[in-house]
Amino acid sequence: MNSVGEACTDLKREYDQCFNRWFAEKFLKGESGGDPCGQLFKRYQLCVQKAIKEKDIPIEGLEFMGASKGKTEDSS
Amino acid sequence: SKHVLTEDIVHREVTADHKLLSRRLLTKTNRMPRWAERFFPANVARSVYILEDSIVDPKNRTMTTFTWNINHVRLMVVEERCVYQVNPENSNWTEVKREAWVSSSLFGVSRAVQEFGLARFKSNVTKSTKGFEYVLARMQGEAPSKTLVETAKEATEKAKETALAATEKAKDLASKAATKKKQYV
Repeated sequence: MNSVGEACTDLKREYDQCFNRWFAEKFLKGESGGDPCGQLFKRYQLCVQKAIKEKDIPIEGLEFMGASKGKTEDSS
Repeated sequence: SKHVLTEDIVHREVTADHKLLSRRLLTKTNRMPRWAERFFPANVARSVYILEDSIVDPKNRTMTTFTWNINHVRLMVVEERCVYQVNPENSNWTEVKREAWVSSSLFGVSRAVQEFGLARFKSNVTKSTKGFEYVLARMQGEAPSKTLVETAKEATEKAKETALAATEKAKDLASKAATKKKQYV
């Protein structure tokens, strides 16, 4: 899958590979070691956030999970 | 899927209680039926931007997603919330609860158009009724209480008032279009 920023697709793929490995092998198994993909994520974000601004995509100021939808509380 | 053009993570964090929060930006093709393309030509060329927020909770074995479009919003907003969890009767199964909300500010516009049409009809009826009364009075040999010109003037004044009130109401309804009419699915 391509990135919305054409120049970012390679950086995205690198990050995705790192993330998917960590997600399956560590995160889902409950291991709380830190996420090793931080650097790759930063590089990818620098690129994609710039593309998002250039294309005027309105992702700012939106509450996580919509926040206003009448819903049952997630169990924790 | 062919209609999904791009996918990006724009936010990601692991919470203190070991949940993964993510926000994904997706762009999809905007496939409208032909009749809609005619009504909303400005929307045709632009793809749809969608955000998907998700919470993955491996301890409780649940995942929740909330997805909605962030452009074309004056036309329609579709929101969807899915909760994935272990089926209580069979722990090998995953069950998903899906809710969706479809809303459009266009409902407000159609109400405004209706109100305007009705008000204009009422004002026209006032005018024609006055004219009718005048002619009847003449035919029945009564001296009409006013001349035709006066009657017409009165009717027009009344009609103007009605139209003004209706325009105000219509404006009010149209601006309340932010209060969308929602259908819950």
